Amino acid sequence: MGRPIVIIGAGQGGLQAAESLRSAKYEGEILLLGEEKFSPYNRPPLSKAFLLGEMAQDQLTIRQAGVFDKKRITLKTGVRVEKIDPVTQHIQCADGEDIPYEKLILATGSRARIPAIENISSRGVHTLRTLEDTLAIAAEMPAVEKLVVIGGGFIGLEMAAVARKLGKQVTVVEFADRLMARVVSPAVSSYYKKLHEENGVDIILNAAAEKITQREGSVIGVVLNNGVSLDADMVVLGVGVLPNVELAQNAGLECTGGIIIDHKGKTSQDGIYALGDCTAQRMGDGSLRCLESVQNAVEMAKAVASDIMGGDKPFIAAPWFWSDQYDVKLQMVGLSKGYDEMVVRGEEASGSFSYFYFKNGTLIAIDSFNQSTDHMAGRKLLGSENTLNVNQARDMTFNLREALRG
Amino acid sequence: MAKINFIEADGTENELDVQEGWSLMQAAVSNGIDGIEAECGGSCCCATCHCYVDEAYMDKIEAPSDNELGMLEETVAERKDNSRLACQIKATEALDGMKVYLPEVQS
Repeated sequence: MGRPIVIIGAGQGGLQAAESLRSAKYEGEILLLGEEKFSPYNRPPLSKAFLLGEMAQDQLTIRQAGVFDKKRITLKTGVRVEKIDPVTQHIQCADGEDIPYEKLILATGSRARIPAIENISSRGVHTLRTLEDTLAIAAEMPAVEKLVVIGGGFIGLEMAAVARKLGKQVTVVEFADRLMARVVSPAVSSYYKKLHEENGVDIILNAAAEKITQREGSVIGVVLNNGVSLDADMVVLGVGVLPNVELAQNAGLECTGGIIIDHKGKTSQDGIYALGDCTAQRMGDGSLRCLESVQNAVEMAKAVASDIMGGDKPFIAAPWFWSDQYDVKLQMVGLSKGYDEMVVRGEEASGSFSYFYFKNGTLIAIDSFNQSTDHMAGRKLLGSENTLNVNQARDMTFNLREALRG
Repeated sequence: MAKINFIEADGTENELDVQEGWSLMQAAVSNGIDGIEAECGGSCCCATCHCYVDEAYMDKIEAPSDNELGMLEETVAERKDNSRLACQIKATEALDGMKVYLPEVQS
């Protein structure tokens, strides 16, 4: 038997790559290596339904063990890969095992960034990215009265919403002058600030945590750079992620803010692909795009499998994301950064509406609040050529699908 | 526990014992049934767990939310009157014996 296709990283993207290869009739061995001790699981519910206790751990697990046998995918968990040798096409694991590969797929994901703050390793200070993180938070949660969330991005705000539902006192500290500033428009930021404040969250903008205070090793508070001191018996860090690029970098693969790939997931090294959070995709105009999303992982996994099998299914769809906070489902499609005009479709007061973003008269993104019809129409519009203009966007009697060209 | 039969587009039947509280999507995905993708993992955000439910059981299932109805507007396979997203239907004993038909394509 020949060498296997080896996939490093058993998250949603790694699993998808394995399964897509199998469904495309790849007959060889497929080896899926995960560093976490768990079988592949859905990460999005960790900061939502799972943390709220609405979902059991085995409901997070994507496939039962038997499915891997059935699909002839060899899953090994708790395996850390230390080194890639792209010349001899071997990888080396921390336990000394040496594995040859025919093709290598890097789906190593990202890890939570941990800011350099005094006493950051105190008990009760958590990141929120893995199942293990979430289990630790959930175990401590019943005894928590005051939670401080450092970072007002998606993870931090979803954590805040869950904690409020659980009756905790919650403060969110954000360095920028608005929430989720890296990825959403000012209008969305203000909407969420109001939503969280109405739900009883204290939001402190333009401030950074300077120091964690502790007693006998456990967190008791956070001191901010504006002189404010907050009491806390739990701190959750939501200050972004770092792509896991070290393996690739040490093997000489080109990396800038992520492992550089094209629209088919090819890296700078023949025979090595990468997908998902660990990557930076080179776009048609030469720019690099880093997206940390389920869609980016899953769709690039399909593109990679297709390329390996001689197909041609590049990942070029418009990016989409979502966030659940309280009873608001935000669904985003496209990237609003750089827009020069925004219009509202629907009534903000109704709680179901969308923001449409245009640049030089062309639609570039839509953010929908409890308005999945607009979102789904937007995926179509942004996934192909469209003629939508601002007047049509704000006209509720205009059927968005009519703006599809062709 | 409810016995639910997931019937793939090619006619393959998969009868599963679904635990109360599990969504039909979770049951199908967990068992590796290929006709359901469920990219978003059950957040009602991707419309890739589209299914056609047994007409006889329609009144035993909670009606779809506005959000689900919006997602159903862009399913890849044809949308029918009994189209639902499998992630939004939780198993109850009342669903015992139900058939769920899976479309040929999800994405």
